[in-house]
Amino acid sequence: MSLWNTILPYILSGISVGGQYALIAVGYTMVYGILRLINFAHGDVFMVAGLMMVYFAAAMPLYAAIPLMIALTVLLGFTIERVAYKPLRSAPRMSVMISAIGVSYLLQNLALYITGGLNKNYPEIPWISDKITVFGATTARVTVITPFLTVALVFALVFLINNTKIGLAMRAVSKDFETAELMGIRINNVISATFVIGTFLAAVGSLLFFSNYPGIVPTSGAMPGLKAFVAAVFGGIGSIPGAVVGAFIIGISESIIKGLDTILITHGVIAEQMDFSTFSDAVTFVLLIVILVFKPTGLFGEKTTDKV
Amino acid sequence: MSEKMNVLCLDNITMQFGGVVAVDDLSMEVNEGEIVALIGPNGAGKTTAFNTITGVYEPTNGQVSFLGKPVVRNHPQGKMKKQYKGSDAEKFASEPVLNPTPDKLTALGMARTFQNIRLWKTQTVFDNVLIAKHMLRTSNFFTAAFHANRAEEEKQRAEVLELLRIVGLEEEQHEPATSLPYGKQRRLEIARALATKPKLLMLDEPAAGMNPQETAELTAFIGRVRNEFDMTILLIEHHMDLVMDISDRIYVIDFGKLIASGTPEVIQNDQRVIDAYLGVEDDA
Amino acid sequence: MIDKQEAKRKNLISLAAVLAFLLLVLALDQIIKPTSKMYMLLTVLQKGSVYALAAVSMNLLNGFTGLFSLGHAGFMLIGAYTYAIFSIPSDARDTVYQYFDAAVRISFPETLGNALGGFGTALGVLLSVLLAGLVAAAFAYLIGLPVLRLKSDYLAIATLGFAEIIRAIFQWKKLGPVTNGSNLLKNFDRCSTFKLELGGATLSLSTFVPVLIATVCITIIVLLVNSTYGRAFKAIRDDEVAAEAMGINLARHKMLAFCTSCFFAGISGATMAMVLSIAQANNFKSAMTYEILLMVVLGGIGSISGSVIGAMLFISASEWWLRGLDSGSFLGITAPTVFRNGFRLVVFSVIIMIVVLFFRKGIMGDRELPEVLAGLRARRAKKPEAKEVQGNE
Repeated sequence: MSLWNTILPYILSGISVGGQYALIAVGYTMVYGILRLINFAHGDVFMVAGLMMVYFAAAMPLYAAIPLMIALTVLLGFTIERVAYKPLRSAPRMSVMISAIGVSYLLQNLALYITGGLNKNYPEIPWISDKITVFGATTARVTVITPFLTVALVFALVFLINNTKIGLAMRAVSKDFETAELMGIRINNVISATFVIGTFLAAVGSLLFFSNYPGIVPTSGAMPGLKAFVAAVFGGIGSIPGAVVGAFIIGISESIIKGLDTILITHGVIAEQMDFSTFSDAVTFVLLIVILVFKPTGLFGEKTTDKV
Repeated sequence: MSEKMNVLCLDNITMQFGGVVAVDDLSMEVNEGEIVALIGPNGAGKTTAFNTITGVYEPTNGQVSFLGKPVVRNHPQGKMKKQYKGSDAEKFASEPVLNPTPDKLTALGMARTFQNIRLWKTQTVFDNVLIAKHMLRTSNFFTAAFHANRAEEEKQRAEVLELLRIVGLEEEQHEPATSLPYGKQRRLEIARALATKPKLLMLDEPAAGMNPQETAELTAFIGRVRNEFDMTILLIEHHMDLVMDISDRIYVIDFGKLIASGTPEVIQNDQRVIDAYLGVEDDA
Repeated sequence: MIDKQEAKRKNLISLAAVLAFLLLVLALDQIIKPTSKMYMLLTVLQKGSVYALAAVSMNLLNGFTGLFSLGHAGFMLIGAYTYAIFSIPSDARDTVYQYFDAAVRISFPETLGNALGGFGTALGVLLSVLLAGLVAAAFAYLIGLPVLRLKSDYLAIATLGFAEIIRAIFQWKKLGPVTNGSNLLKNFDRCSTFKLELGGATLSLSTFVPVLIATVCITIIVLLVNSTYGRAFKAIRDDEVAAEAMGINLARHKMLAFCTSCFFAGISGATMAMVLSIAQANNFKSAMTYEILLMVVLGGIGSISGSVIGAMLFISASEWWLRGLDSGSFLGITAPTVFRNGFRLVVFSVIIMIVVLFFRKGIMGDRELPEVLAGLRARRAKKPEAKEVQGNE
């Protein structure tokens, strides 16, 4: 078997995982672009979206459950911003970051209380959970559609930002907060819109992500959240295409590390298992540190300078 | 020029940000015991020149010497080489690049103040000056951490008190630095710089935002500092009164270029300086 | 002169208070039996001292030097593992490392104990604890080289990343002979085995030892913060540009603060291993760092006594006072449907959010306990005076 053939399945699953991360990463990058805030709670909002889906699917048909889940997730994102971040607008950046960590802690504990810490099974969603065969490998349909759906959503978002009034306002606020305010842009509306868009994408992302996994626990959002944030930094924080590219790179690297033992053994590079898969989460952070050291502004980031 | 020792000397300093030349081929010198002023209209490149001397920026070309030794040196290289607009690109090309961080230059004896006062906000007046003494410590991390450096600590505290007495801030020593009125904050910043026992005191627009009376007080204060500490002073300033009153020599820059230099009388009568400050007819 | 005498007096009072506290803990250690209802107090003191040290060491970095680091759990992990690895006695080694061939074949407490008796065991424990701090500081140095140049939130996320990388490395099967892979380390010298034989009597030290370690370390941090280096750290926090212009070498001082903070984080990790009797990489997730950060915020960023109080309150509330919220009845109200598993943490996180949003300075702000007490005393002294004046009228 050629090297390409061994690696291809891992790349494909990496692209799929990357697509899911991308949908979360866009939320991070937009919030950071405007508020200069690492919204640590974003990953947990994503987890809450997953849990809501579990409970709603048990109580009502899917065509009602999905829109309700998305609507409530968006409402949650909006509320978090109004309650936990807005009062701290003029506070030091560290305070807002601490508040975000506090919200994350609260959401996780709340989920723990409601679920009793048990693993909740994600509902089967017809059509997207169906098994299909691609390139001779059997996989869920969601794996295949994720990257396409992601790219389509991101294109729509970029169109929105470049061609609508609210998009223009967002760009202005991310360039210069104070000046934008002086120019009569309603900062709070723009920030709320950013959170609404970000959480909407996270809700869609959760649908795709958890369909692929056996279940959800209260900490399920933390790691994908962190990875998505790293993806956003990797691509250059504040840049939406950057976040998407970063997410795909991280998804693929992670997937390849998971299969590295198999790949290397198949090709006779190593003789026994090296357990590289232990590092499937850590590799994300290795990438992060490499990019921060060599190109701190990320792949597509803009350079900023401090004035003395 | 004089018998006195050369404290600071700039050779062909050029500072270019991308295609914009902020400081263009600036050469100047400051001798021991002098008060020298660098003046120019808004945006002339004064603060940029200042930041280049103190190691905040790396110059694109040129050399800064301090007490006779080169301390900062660079020549256009890499991407800057192609877009370099200054002269003498080759002058320092064969010599090693020197790009020290600001603390290294302070350790050599350059101390500065800031245009937009930068005191340590949570610290008291006394501690603001005491922290500047940190640089002069002889104790290492462990002796200091376990307070085994009592003698040094006592000595430094006594020196700080003396310094505060001289600058007239003894009364306010336990107050938070930011509670002082504006003029006193300026004074405190100068005291803090003096605490490092500098050979050259560099003041970045010390009278910025001051009314005429405060400016007059500050002028007298700077004069006193010079006499009391035998200090060499380089200052950047906007207020003409202050500059003309206390400077021994003045350098004038406009659009980054040196347009005149000499004693206050010479500068006051220099047509180019008058044009630069008041604007030439066809400019207006 | 008067100032100096006054300062000396204050130092003596603080010292006396600390010694009295230690004696009290030693006494409690003897009086309260594991079967007692009050045993919770000892548990809180043990865990509380671990977290108090962790919080203070984090505060040294986040509060005093202005370096927002989120890698604390990683350095505590290093400390816990180092301590455990070098304290597992030889006869327990094969049971602990059941899937691997143990690489480290020395136990400091055992070797020194065999040579010097009970004193040697204590010395060995001390040596392992010190080594835990040093290894953590060494890792901090290596990590600090690339990351300390980064600013605020980038530094936070990079240190968080390194903590995750450390966790993965310690769980890697290939390092199993040293770290036991993803299996836990146990059977080393731990709090429940710390005893002092005095004549015929046996003194239990299981609470005293962690409290003593934390007290000594926190005292050292207090001394450091009040030294010329501590002042330089605060200058960097307040204004980095001004600090550099006043001759403070940023790279060197940030590294010093980072390594010192991680040294003590390592020691607190070692103490945690002692208290919990196990060391397992999976316990040291970023959630632990967040909890420590919340303790620091609760107590007040920039206050050492605040961090201690914050940690003690956090542990008391979550381990003890709010227990009822999890088990059916609280403050006399019985409502098993609401007060069930996990409710305690929900209430607790709401309290923390309230502090974060409305009491941003935390309990102590940036003041220390002696200052606050002196302030209270002054206020109380004033009150009777005011009454007198009224009386005269």
